[in-house]
Amino acid sequence: MTTTDVGAGTHVPSGGGAPVEVPLGTPTNETEGITRGRLVLRRFLRNRLALVGLLTLVLLYALSLLSPLFAPWAYNEYDYTAFLQPPSPSHWFGTSQIGEDVFAQTMRGLQKSLTIGLLTGLISIIIASLVGASAGYFGGWVDRGLMWVVDLLLVLPSFLIIAVISPALRGSSWILFVLLLGVFAWMITARILRGMTMTLREREFVKAAKFMGAPSSLIIRRHILPNMASLMIIDVTITVGATILLETGLSYFGFGVQPPDVSLGTLIRDGSNAAVTTPWLFLFAGGLLVISVLAVNFVGDGLRDALDPNSRGGRRRSKSGRKTKKVPTS
Amino acid sequence: MARFLLRRLINYVALCLVATFLAFTLAALTFNPVGKLMERNPPPPQSVIDAKRAELHLDEPIPTRFVLWLGGAVVGDFGKTTQNQSVSDELPRRIGVSLRLFLLGTTVGIALGVVLGVAGAIRQYKFSDYFATLFSFVILSTPVFLLGLLLKYGALQLNTAAGAQLLVFTGETSPGFQGSFGAALLDRVQHLILPTLTIALGQIAYYSRYQRSAMLDVLGSDFLRTAQAKGLTRRRALFKHGLRTALVPMATLFAFGFGLLITGGTFTERIFGWYGMGDWLVYGIEQDDTNITATVTLFVAVLVLISGWLSDVFYALLDPRVRLR
Amino acid sequence: MTMIDTDVLADPGLPPGPGDALLEVSDLEVSFPSEDGRVSAVRGISYQVAPGEVLGIVGESGSGKSVSSLAVMGLLPPSAKISGSIRLRGQELLGLSDTELSRIRGRKIAMVFQDPLSALTPVYTVGDQIAEALLVHGGRSITAKAAAKRAVELLDLVGIPNAVDRVKAFPHEFSGGMRQRAVIAMAIANDPDLIIADEPTTALDVTVQAQVLEVLKTAQEVTGAGIVLITHDLGVVAGTADRVVVMYAGKAVETGTVDEIFAAPRMPYTLGLLGSIPRLDIGRGQPLVPIEGQPPSLVALPPGCPFGPRCPLHVDACDQAEPELLVAPGPTGDHRAACIRTAVLADAEAQGGVLAAEVFDAHVVESPVVDAVPRTDREVVLGVNELVKHYPVRAGGIFRRTVGTVRAVDGVTFDVRAGETLGLVGESGCGKSTTILEILGLEPPMGGTVQVLGSDTAALSKADRKRIRRDMQIVFQDPMASLDPRLPVRDLIAEPLEVQGFSKQHIAERVPELMRLVGLRSEQINRYPGEFSGGQRQRICIARALALEPKVLVLDEPVSALDVSIQAGVLNLLDELKARLGLAYLFVAHDLSVVRHIADRVAVMYLGKIVEIGAVDEMFAAPQHPYTQALLSAIPVPDPEVERRRERILLQGDMPSPANPPSGCRFRTRCPLFLTLDADRQARCIGEEPPRAAAQPAQRGMSVVDHEAACHWARIKTVV
Repeated sequence: MTTTDVGAGTHVPSGGGAPVEVPLGTPTNETEGITRGRLVLRRFLRNRLALVGLLTLVLLYALSLLSPLFAPWAYNEYDYTAFLQPPSPSHWFGTSQIGEDVFAQTMRGLQKSLTIGLLTGLISIIIASLVGASAGYFGGWVDRGLMWVVDLLLVLPSFLIIAVISPALRGSSWILFVLLLGVFAWMITARILRGMTMTLREREFVKAAKFMGAPSSLIIRRHILPNMASLMIIDVTITVGATILLETGLSYFGFGVQPPDVSLGTLIRDGSNAAVTTPWLFLFAGGLLVISVLAVNFVGDGLRDALDPNSRGGRRRSKSGRKTKKVPTS
Repeated sequence: MARFLLRRLINYVALCLVATFLAFTLAALTFNPVGKLMERNPPPPQSVIDAKRAELHLDEPIPTRFVLWLGGAVVGDFGKTTQNQSVSDELPRRIGVSLRLFLLGTTVGIALGVVLGVAGAIRQYKFSDYFATLFSFVILSTPVFLLGLLLKYGALQLNTAAGAQLLVFTGETSPGFQGSFGAALLDRVQHLILPTLTIALGQIAYYSRYQRSAMLDVLGSDFLRTAQAKGLTRRRALFKHGLRTALVPMATLFAFGFGLLITGGTFTERIFGWYGMGDWLVYGIEQDDTNITATVTLFVAVLVLISGWLSDVFYALLDPRVRLR
Repeated sequence: MTMIDTDVLADPGLPPGPGDALLEVSDLEVSFPSEDGRVSAVRGISYQVAPGEVLGIVGESGSGKSVSSLAVMGLLPPSAKISGSIRLRGQELLGLSDTELSRIRGRKIAMVFQDPLSALTPVYTVGDQIAEALLVHGGRSITAKAAAKRAVELLDLVGIPNAVDRVKAFPHEFSGGMRQRAVIAMAIANDPDLIIADEPTTALDVTVQAQVLEVLKTAQEVTGAGIVLITHDLGVVAGTADRVVVMYAGKAVETGTVDEIFAAPRMPYTLGLLGSIPRLDIGRGQPLVPIEGQPPSLVALPPGCPFGPRCPLHVDACDQAEPELLVAPGPTGDHRAACIRTAVLADAEAQGGVLAAEVFDAHVVESPVVDAVPRTDREVVLGVNELVKHYPVRAGGIFRRTVGTVRAVDGVTFDVRAGETLGLVGESGCGKSTTILEILGLEPPMGGTVQVLGSDTAALSKADRKRIRRDMQIVFQDPMASLDPRLPVRDLIAEPLEVQGFSKQHIAERVPELMRLVGLRSEQINRYPGEFSGGQRQRICIARALALEPKVLVLDEPVSALDVSIQAGVLNLLDELKARLGLAYLFVAHDLSVVRHIADRVAVMYLGKIVEIGAVDEMFAAPQHPYTQALLSAIPVPDPEVERRRERILLQGDMPSPANPPSGCRFRTRCPLFLTLDADRQARCIGEEPPRAAAQPAQRGMSVVDHEAACHWARIKTVV
């Protein structure tokens, strides 16, 4: 359905560069003695927002996992002495209509939402790299067929399909739900990876490998995928953020995580009915949701800046042709 | 050029049909509309259930049902709901509601998004750029339903503070509202602001990020330097040569943006009590209603199709390199 | 042309005095922030340009030549820190606001950029963009209509045929050469006093380069402007500049008139640079001077001469302080060099290339033994016969259909015999790259046959193909692009060995051996390609190609992405390897002077066909095909005296599209000879494709053994 391979949809663009044009590991200004890995790490560490994002994410996840150790209430306990109470020393985030501890519930929901996001990111990148790399590398009918599937899935908003299927999943494990999310989260990444593979395929080091007699599978494994790693990492973070949003949205409508499991989405839905009078029921879950996704996005943005030195300021492209002098390095 | 657009159109229609078929099949496979009937107490006799099944064509294979439904859809009959009402009767009203919301939200979103993105790129690494970036990130990290809830919450505080019903957050118009044209318009606007904002904010954040990227790409380009070397001031070169070129890649994004919008629109309609297509979809799924689901899917696919095709047209209009194909 | 302002036409012969300088740059310094600290891109440079004078600024990449000229235009990014002084007719430009500068830019100073493909805004027509240059400075005095009319005149002036129609074209409909003309038209639109041309021909083919340089000359005649010509190509400078500034590491290291610089360089860097260029008019016997090492990083320069570490005349005193640019002995007194050992060069007996070879200790590589065996007795290692490769041109999205055929390679025949080098030469789009990709693909060709060491590629099994790959390897143009940046050198060089299934132990022994063979230190085995310089990377590529001990090496423009000083080292290495290992090379290049240096035989390609082929000395001494003659004449020789004497054959327009080649002789649409023929003879060119036939002997009575040309009316014309 699209004319170009512009990365879009759920992608949050970076500080500068267009998302597709991550340079294929050729930072032109690399200085002697610094390996690429160190350089990337240095750039990433210098990006304070990204660092804060990473730290926040780790802390939040740790908190949600470890909270049962120190929290006074468990998520499946009921305090029959406190219904719909605002935050207090014994119930840090207050209680719900039936006496559940909102803090314990929120931590439980946060844990589930983050886990779902991370797992989905993993599934999606696996599918995306398989599809994208094969479509881009082999071209022809493989490419056209796979891209048609991608287009088709893009025409159907994933939200709609998952909502339609999810009633059938009622009562089964949330892992199935994760699989479902993963199956509908890879298309845009695949498109970008395909575009990148097509550029990589024309790169001389791939041609050189081909002329050495290396088989296609080896070339994809050894040259194509590693050279797309930076983009794949960035895309995983973007997918994680988008998935958390999608999951909470679906859960909000009751199409996602099913009781007794909770996610941030189900918590916000349960709390939103009385949003005006008892804001603590949804504000904490909502706040943590925004903070988590924001942190994920900051990490993604920082990674992009670190891996793609050209995303900042003027872009310098090195042309494969005659000698081109670059400004301002010349 | 015309041939190019025609070919794209045919491609879109094919995609559209397959997409609808998939949605129909999925819905037909997972939904069990007679389930509710069977849960009744006392359970209805088997004959009643069979009659219902026959009425909903549940006893026929799915492709046949799809062809049957599509045959009707082509002539404007989208079948009946499980409640035995005509889908077609409800359809125009629902489409009207959604389009009003979507079009306004998109227009505002694109316009402000482009402005914000350009401003951010030109003032890169200045305070206003950081602020715009942060705003976009926060909005993009906030799910639409939460955004809607928060706006609703904020509007309530505002109304309380003002002591008057400035912003209304339920429905399209006040129920049973009677009054002059001006008063009716005001009433509509009062209802419109919050849902439009809910939709537009996300779009602003989304487009501004891309516009900023595209603009930054252009900022370092050789042709901008040429324009300045000709004697244009930086500002004039930026707007005349830079912005014009940076708008080109944006054209393709508008199609994607529309896809995003439909999901967002569903939440917005639900939260603000607008009975549009998004609301209907959720209702359809809740009611295990294949016909409603398929109809909404078709609508969504057609919307994506139109926006995709429109973005092709825009792209061709903006970029002479495509125009000449 | 009403725009000629006779007042500014000055006599270019006079040396510029301080008072009448058009542009006066003094102590200009520019620095940028970077990952590793501030980069001092320009470290105090001073020069003047007199009205009507052409000043050539020469330097390799990173020498700061482009940055200094962008500073003059006020077009450096805001992050740049600039100090010093830039005066245009006495008016200080540094410190002016953007608005004030915009009144000067395009009206008094105009600029022509390097990459014409990206220099024009893609969404506006060429005419509109030229007219804009007029309108922005014209104020109310010029109407849009008048500006549009002028745009047509200007396009016509720079030699765009059918300008009335072409003004309405968009940039992407123009070829590179035409775009560069359009940029020049834009630059001269307001009759500027000064034109800065930043590598204006680097991205163009040689014949187009010759055209554009001619247009630039016309532009100067029309406007009387002073020109600053920035280039890395000493040949271009030799033919066009009046005075030269040689830059190294952000500083001017030598300045003087073009004759002084070329005839009596007083700075070892300039000398080395001159000695490193293969010359079209000398050929094999010329020892190429490699300048070892690479330019210093401009982040934290140590004290002393920045060229010191690479200089053969280096003494301890060189490291004390950076030498000043002082007057060197010479007739004008304006020849300056920044070197404390100037006297050594001045006192030397030898001159020019000989001196360079002496100082840098360069030698001619001995001819391999196989040369003694007559060519016809040697084994054919690569035989290509009537090779054809056509691409379909497709259009459309889902229903793709073929709308035409690109005849990229259309019947190419040549052979490479053991131990020899065949240079395959042609401009971009002539099909030379497609030819080698077809050969290396080892697939059955679309038409014709390819034989590698006696095996026909049409009848190969998968195992055969793998076996033959051992005997034929490739080195690509861009060493950065042809090395996977994520693998260390060991893995890169080992890759072909692994693919061919050699044992781990064998690989571990072979890799250091190969590194030594190409002149790399084996300690560097764990480094990544990003840590090497361009020349070293190309050596890695060569080592990788040699890993399997091939008999034929296909070299696809192996030195054209390298700076000249580094290029020489790689060329010498290739010469040496060939002699030592008895390799045969298929050397693809666009640069005929490189080919002259390295090749035994040359094949010239035009639009998918070979128009002339033969032994290198015969071809260069007595070219017979008009295209070869034009190609040879278009290549500048780095010697101002030779350049002044040379006659340049300018070709009309661009190469036609290979999707729609002309009937009969494919070159006839641009052929200078065709224009001189009578109608009958022309009819033969149009109707009949010339076959490749044995060429006439260079001198009457000589028997020609190895020289063929495809021209009905071939005649010898000496152009070198």
